[in-house]
Parts: sequence; C-alpha cells; structure tokens
Amino acid sequence: MSILEKYRPLVERHKKMLELGRNAVGLRMDDVFSPTRARIDGKEVILAGTNNYMAITFDDACIKAGQKALADHGTGTTGSRIANGSYALHLELEKSLAGFLKRKHSIVFSTGYQANLGTIAGLAGPRDTVFLDADSHSSIYDACTLSGARLIRFKHNNADDLAKRLRRMGDDEGGRLVVLEGIYSMFGDRAPLQEFVDVKREYGFELLVDEAHSTGVLGQGGRGLADEAGLESDVDFVVGTFSKSFGAIGGFAASDHELFEMLRFASRAYMFSASPSPATIATVKEAINQLEARPELRQKLRDNSARLHRGFKSLGLELCCDVPSPIIAVRIVDEPTAIVLWNRLVDAGVYVNIALPPGTPNGVCLLRCSVSAGHSEQDIDRIIALFETVVLSLPEVTAPQNS
Amino acid sequence: MATDDEIFATLCRLIEPFNTEDVKLEKNTDIAADLNIDSVSVMDFVMEVEDEFDIDIPLNVLGDTRTLSDLRDVVKARVKGA
Repeated sequence: MSILEKYRPLVERHKKMLELGRNAVGLRMDDVFSPTRARIDGKEVILAGTNNYMAITFDDACIKAGQKALADHGTGTTGSRIANGSYALHLELEKSLAGFLKRKHSIVFSTGYQANLGTIAGLAGPRDTVFLDADSHSSIYDACTLSGARLIRFKHNNADDLAKRLRRMGDDEGGRLVVLEGIYSMFGDRAPLQEFVDVKREYGFELLVDEAHSTGVLGQGGRGLADEAGLESDVDFVVGTFSKSFGAIGGFAASDHELFEMLRFASRAYMFSASPSPATIATVKEAINQLEARPELRQKLRDNSARLHRGFKSLGLELCCDVPSPIIAVRIVDEPTAIVLWNRLVDAGVYVNIALPPGTPNGVCLLRCSVSAGHSEQDIDRIIALFETVVLSLPEVTAPQNS
Repeated sequence: MATDDEIFATLCRLIEPFNTEDVKLEKNTDIAADLNIDSVSVMDFVMEVEDEFDIDIPLNVLGDTRTLSDLRDVVKARVKGA
C-alpha cells in the first residue's frame, strides 16, 4: 500500500466540492489590483477575505522601500540568521519593531507560522507544561507538539476552566506557559484578557499572546489586545505576523524578558530557515512607519467592521461573535450549502473565505469575512447587499445545526 | 475505585454525542477512524473525559491512544496515580 493511500477519503470530499463549483481551497486569483479588488474568472470582485486589515499592500511608500531594497541588496539572503542571513536591514527592523511594540526585544521570523513554531517550541521544552486554548491556530498546536512539553487544552476563552486545570495539575518543577490569541481567526472573538490575567495573578504562569489578527488593529497604539485592555505588563511574550496588518510575509516575537534573546540559539524555526528577503524586510519596516503615522487607518477599520457587523445583523444572519472585529463570520447550516453560497458570492462579485471543519471550532461551517481599512462605505454596503441577495436566497441557510 | 467495565461504560456514555453515525461501541473501536470523527472532536471528547474523572490527559498521550480500551487504560492509570 502506498504511503499516500490514507488520504483517499480526502479525494472524495474534494471531488464533492468541485462538483458544486470552484476549488474553494485553492482559488485562482487571476490578478490582484488593490487591497480590495481582484479579478477572478475574468470578473472584478471585492476582496472581503484577505486579512488585509490596514490595506497597506499597495502603499506607495512601502512599494518604493521594497524596490530600493531589492535593487540595493538583491533578491534573497540565501541563508539563515545564524549563518549569512543577518543583514543590517534585519537588525534595523527588529529595533523598529521593538519600538513600535514597546518591548525591549524582538525577533523576526520568515513566516507567521514559523514565528509561533519557533517561539513556543523555543520557550517550552519536555519538562514544561503548555496550556493552550481549545480554539488555538494550527501553528500553536504544531508548535506545542514540536516543543515536547506536556500539553493541556482548556475550554475556549474560559479562564475558570484554565484555573481548574492549573489546580488539577498541582505543583510541578517545570515552567508553565499559557497561550492565548488576541483575536481568534475563525470567529473573530477576543480573549477575555483581564479574566486570564486574574488567573495568572492567582496561580502564576508565563503568558504568551498571539496577536496575529490584532496587531495594528486593536489598542490606541495598534499593539493588539493587550494594548486595548491595558494589560501589556501582564503579557510576557507577544507573537505576531507581517502577513496581515503589515501587508507582507514573515512574523515576529517580542518580550521584555532578560533571557529572550537566547531564543536565537534555541529556536529551530529561526535557526534553520533562510531569513526574510531584503525587499520583505524593507516593506515591513515602512509599513510600521505608516501604521504609526496614520492612526486614522485603525479608526476607518473599526468603522468598517462595525458597519458590516450591523448590516449582517440586520439581515438576521447568524454571526459567530456579538462584538464587532475585522473578522466577521456567518454560520452556515452545512458544508454543501456553504460551498454553494460561497460560489454564488464570488459569481455575484465578492470574495470571502469559506471555513470548514476541522479548521473551525465546534464543527461549524462558515462564510468568513475580513474587513479592510481600504474598503469604502459603498464597498461595505455592497457586501451586505450581496449577502442579502445570495445568502438569504436559500431557505434556512443559517439554521443552527446542533444547538 | 472504578472497575475496567465501569470506566468503559462511562467512556461510551461520554462519546455518544460525538458518535453521530451510531457506530456500535466495542473495546477495540478506533475512536477517530471507526467513528469517523476529526482530530478536534477527539480532543473535545477527551476534555469531557478529563472533567468526568477529574484527571489530566495531556494531548501528548493521545498519539498512542487509538481505541476505547487504550483510553480506558490511560484513565485507569491516571485515576490511580492521582
């Protein structure tokens, strides 16, 4: 039997998807014109599922910075940071990022996935215990597995459940790391940070918050959920990505811990990946300048998010989170219905994400929107109108499955 | 202390909500493959088991835990060790 035979059932599931329309898990974008417009199947669509929160991907200053770095320093570094891949640019970005995040130290990784992999597996080892939220991103699960630490999963956003598990474990000689996310990528809900910090003060552990979807988005300074909640001093480690608000690719970790820099000698994803290309580093560095100089982007994103959330609510759609965030997920009754509706939305002129189990919490099917500061009010109203036409055209599309 | 059969019966009760295809539950039933449930549902089920018996079952243990009797043995060892 071939080693790939175990994936035979996936072929069937994928075939069923293709019978209903496009390849939803590998859609071809013929061309992307702007942070909010692309051409798919020859037709222009509004992009409402690209996590391009700050609409910075086509920013003139970022593009110029990238072009200059490309011309001055070449196409790639051809090496990891511990070999030949540490350029002045990388160190400058780490300094500027630490400044933006108000942290003493920051380390840059080549992707967001690797930022979690490298940071969590670097921090925790076989003698330690990691407590992770049940709805954590795959990169966190994979990082935990790689770390070799004892892994305890607690109920999503439930600080009491974490406390119960901490109590149950009792005293242990190893370190204890709790991992939360600022905004969870599927439902768009925030972690109730104050409640977790209360548990931290009672039981003692180190706290890591993945601000992948909240950096640039939440807080007065755009530093994420901990900034918004005024609890940054209670968060020991921050992880994030350059692929969303910063409009590029790569990731980071930051901390005030005096030993944090040791991750450069312990984090395998950092040590054994080629470092980000000069052009990538330069666009991210400029994106930080832009985010600092233009807080109005954050306000525009908030207004757009609230507008879409309100519009969907008034249509009677079943939303996964009552509090608006740039991620607004609509629950759909089952997988075939979600696939059909997703295709019709693309036909009608809006691209959103389709999210299916096991990539979603509680086995639900979602049409997931992400809002951008680059959307105009007309764009948001158009998205609402298209959902009204398409999603409400089928009876009982959002009827709850189990509950 | 609970007997093997009692633990097994409790596991069968806890897994019912996840057993949407009404598969007959035997000691050698493979939790993921036979019940056709995904990895997240398996973890959700194990969380219920942890709470029922007031024990920790770290996710690391699950790699070697395939059948209901495997899980029964894990529960038994952890209840005793507590």
